[in-house]
Amino acid sequence: MRTGIVVFPGSNCDRDVHHVLNDVMGINAQYVWHTEESIDEYDALILPGGFSYGDRLRAGVIAAQSPIVETIKKKAHEGLPILGICNGFQILVEAGILPGALVKNVKLKFSCKWLKMEVLNVNTPFTNMFRLKDEITIPIAHGEGRFVISDDKIPELEQNNQIVFKYKDQNPNGSTEMIAAICNKEGNVMGLMPHPERASEPILSPNQTKSNAGLIFRSLKNFLSHIKN
Amino acid sequence: MLTKSEEIYLLKKLGRQPNLLEIDMIDAEWSEHCSYKSSRKYVRSLPSRGKRVIVGPGYDAGVLDIGDDDVITVHIESHNHPSAVEPYGGAATGVGGVIRDIISMGTRPVALLDALRFSSLDNVKETSKSKWLFRNVVKGIADYGNCIGIPTVGGDIEFDNSFKDYCLVDVAAIGLGKKDQIISNHAEDGDLIVLAGNPTGKDGIRGASFASKSLDDDENRSAVQIPDPFLEKLLIEATIEATKRNCINATKDLGGGGLSCCLSELSHLVEKGFEVELSAVHTKVPDITPNEIMISESQERMMYIINKSKMSIFAEIFTKYGITYSIIGKVRGQDNLKILYDGNPLASLSCNLMVNAPLAKWKSKRPNYLDKLKTKIRVEKIGNYNDILSRLLGNPNIGNKNWVYQQYDHEVGLRTVIKPGANASVIRVNDNKFVSIKLDGNSKHCYLDPYQGMLGCLSESCRNVVCTGAQPIGIIDHLQFGSPENPFIYWTFIKSIKAIIDFCKYNKIPVVGGKVSFYNETINSPIKPSPVIGTIGLIKGQDQITKNIPNVGNKLFILGQTREELGGSEYFELIDRPEYGRVPKVNLKTDKKNRSVVLDLIENGLIDFVHDCSKGGIGTALAELAISGDLGMNVDLKKIPNTCKRDDFLLFSETHSRFIIGSSNPDRIKRFIKNRKCSFSEIGHTDSSMTLNIHNSGKEVINMSIFELAHRYDTMNSTMDGI
Repeated sequence: MRTGIVVFPGSNCDRDVHHVLNDVMGINAQYVWHTEESIDEYDALILPGGFSYGDRLRAGVIAAQSPIVETIKKKAHEGLPILGICNGFQILVEAGILPGALVKNVKLKFSCKWLKMEVLNVNTPFTNMFRLKDEITIPIAHGEGRFVISDDKIPELEQNNQIVFKYKDQNPNGSTEMIAAICNKEGNVMGLMPHPERASEPILSPNQTKSNAGLIFRSLKNFLSHIKN
Repeated sequence: MLTKSEEIYLLKKLGRQPNLLEIDMIDAEWSEHCSYKSSRKYVRSLPSRGKRVIVGPGYDAGVLDIGDDDVITVHIESHNHPSAVEPYGGAATGVGGVIRDIISMGTRPVALLDALRFSSLDNVKETSKSKWLFRNVVKGIADYGNCIGIPTVGGDIEFDNSFKDYCLVDVAAIGLGKKDQIISNHAEDGDLIVLAGNPTGKDGIRGASFASKSLDDDENRSAVQIPDPFLEKLLIEATIEATKRNCINATKDLGGGGLSCCLSELSHLVEKGFEVELSAVHTKVPDITPNEIMISESQERMMYIINKSKMSIFAEIFTKYGITYSIIGKVRGQDNLKILYDGNPLASLSCNLMVNAPLAKWKSKRPNYLDKLKTKIRVEKIGNYNDILSRLLGNPNIGNKNWVYQQYDHEVGLRTVIKPGANASVIRVNDNKFVSIKLDGNSKHCYLDPYQGMLGCLSESCRNVVCTGAQPIGIIDHLQFGSPENPFIYWTFIKSIKAIIDFCKYNKIPVVGGKVSFYNETINSPIKPSPVIGTIGLIKGQDQITKNIPNVGNKLFILGQTREELGGSEYFELIDRPEYGRVPKVNLKTDKKNRSVVLDLIENGLIDFVHDCSKGGIGTALAELAISGDLGMNVDLKKIPNTCKRDDFLLFSETHSRFIIGSSNPDRIKRFIKNRKCSFSEIGHTDSSMTLNIHNSGKEVINMSIFELAHRYDTMNSTMDGI
């Protein structure tokens, strides 16, 4: 079982995800530098947060043009579990692997804070250990995290159960329908703006309260162990 | 520009007429900014030795041993002049500069802190400029720090009208590394000199000289550099990878004074001569002159000295990250810095001569204004303390600063245990070791009494670190003043230095880094003396980390006596008595003892929370605690050990060395403290009433709902968000 963490120039949560997967979750994870040609040896991929190519032009847009993303697209079609966190989500959207767009926060400011989100889909490789309507305490840290999609696409997203998490109580960035995370139709590719790796160790949570956000990674581990068996 | 006496000195030392390039090089290196010519004599007397100090103050970051082969590096710099004319770029490049000092040591930067100073936000006339500076400085820091993935974990923000049309932007950075990975900075004949990063352009020409005089207008924007955080991020990763693969003999970042200062200081550091071919430098534009190449301050550039045999590894790493580099010369001989262009010699200077600018001699004199200060207090009695407390909490010097901290990614890196806005920030080294850090300053106190004011900054910063359960192990200082040529200002500088020496010697805490910034003046006036102190503390285990969040059922205690010390206080500022009263005095013995008592209490697991008592006094400290715990409090003023004649003085005096402590073990804590001979008293308790109730033996003094307090405390956030 191996999970690849795809690293672009300017990714900056790659080491954080690496630490949480290997040291906290017991998932064997390795870095995949963006120029690597083959990613066949990985059973899952994570695109971590950060500022790939300095967020120039638009967050994620340059990384989305790199050859490795073409390969990731193929893998996505083949059903490989792929998780994009923050900038990783932006790259997946820019590459057309996930629908919609991520634009500047309504207040035009970067926002780093803890908030709550709610689980709407428990049938993905990243949410199978949650129950519907579970509440997750988790931090966000983004300037371009407002998920937008045309109104007529919303029923389709809902019908396909593609809205995985919604923000609860407050909309931190002006996202359509308070959407925090979506997946593709098949459910094997998910993108989310909040950072589960920052909520996977109690010591890092405000007041050291236990956050259940780590279940996102545990769900992946659970999913992978079932396929292998 | 060189002064007449400097020119004469140069001529004598050189024994010939310097050419124009040489004059430019000397001018940059002998600027106040690079040479410390007005402060070197004094700064050298700061106590900088200690058992943990591996590298003390110098060109780049200081290095502290924190055990088990772990080291932390720490450095502080300011970017005041650039930020005052171009706040976004000035602040951003300030972050970039200090980060490169951390990677120059071979360590990975893991945290940033900022101390910011602006003019008041609520003075209507000044509002627009002050808010413009504030908004853009914060955005500059955020955009840069967030992009490079280094969390901005805290800092200190102060508003005072002496910063009219100006601002101070101090950035401190912390790095983490292993003892055996620290770059030793050595060089041998034949080693290659490699310049990597941004192409050299016409931006930031004469920046160091610009920063070494008073600011007279806004027409200096071309002296401000352009930030590129993406390239900085690549330089961080490439330098760390090259360090790990042992291919760097020496390295230095390019900051103030550009290539000129970097080459002379690096050559001085490795005690070797350099021969540099300027036509090899990669540039932004073709028409840049050799002189401009030498003094350009284009950002995101690093210089490396590489052994020839390691050059292929270096090239492989830098190519992987897509960083442009040029081999611009060779190490050759001793001391001499030789600059060529297309093989033609352009300059030849001794690096010893360059880095040792003749000291500037300035007169110092006790300022007249100190004599005019009225220590006797004539203050009308003001009845409604609810109103005063509300206004103090709404003062941005005291109130909540989430508007700022939420724009910073303060969590990337998975190390931020105590997040910004608390006493001090705590970052994780590993699961058994934590570092605490806080920046503090108080220009109002330092203006009224530079010596006691400076002691106060040191005391407050140490106190904040102690509140998190950390033992202070090192201090960084950033000394910011107006022109040293003004004898009154120079006097305040000398007093400040004296205070640091006295405090650090008494407490045996070494100064591990620092910076001096003079000429912080506009056409309006010089700034108040505005030193900023950073204290670095070490926490020995996860169970020692202490927060300032109370729980219902805590008994409240105060450690330390409250005296009538309201000079320079936020309360006196509020009631328009800014130049009255005595500044809080630090009694070094009591100060040290109280800190050690708090650390002992924490070590014995006797306290639930502890909070520093400083700006705004006991009144605001209690309100802050009630807000952070979201609970009620009942406090009897009568039980607070004090020498104050009036309730308002007792509530808002800013006496140092005080801690508010909460415990669910009141009897054990009292037994423990009994023999410590310190001023300690139980003053009340927390409850679920959701009201802050402060009384004097039953007679109501303050009675406010926590909701109302929190609303007031949030004033600055809503003001800044509303536009």
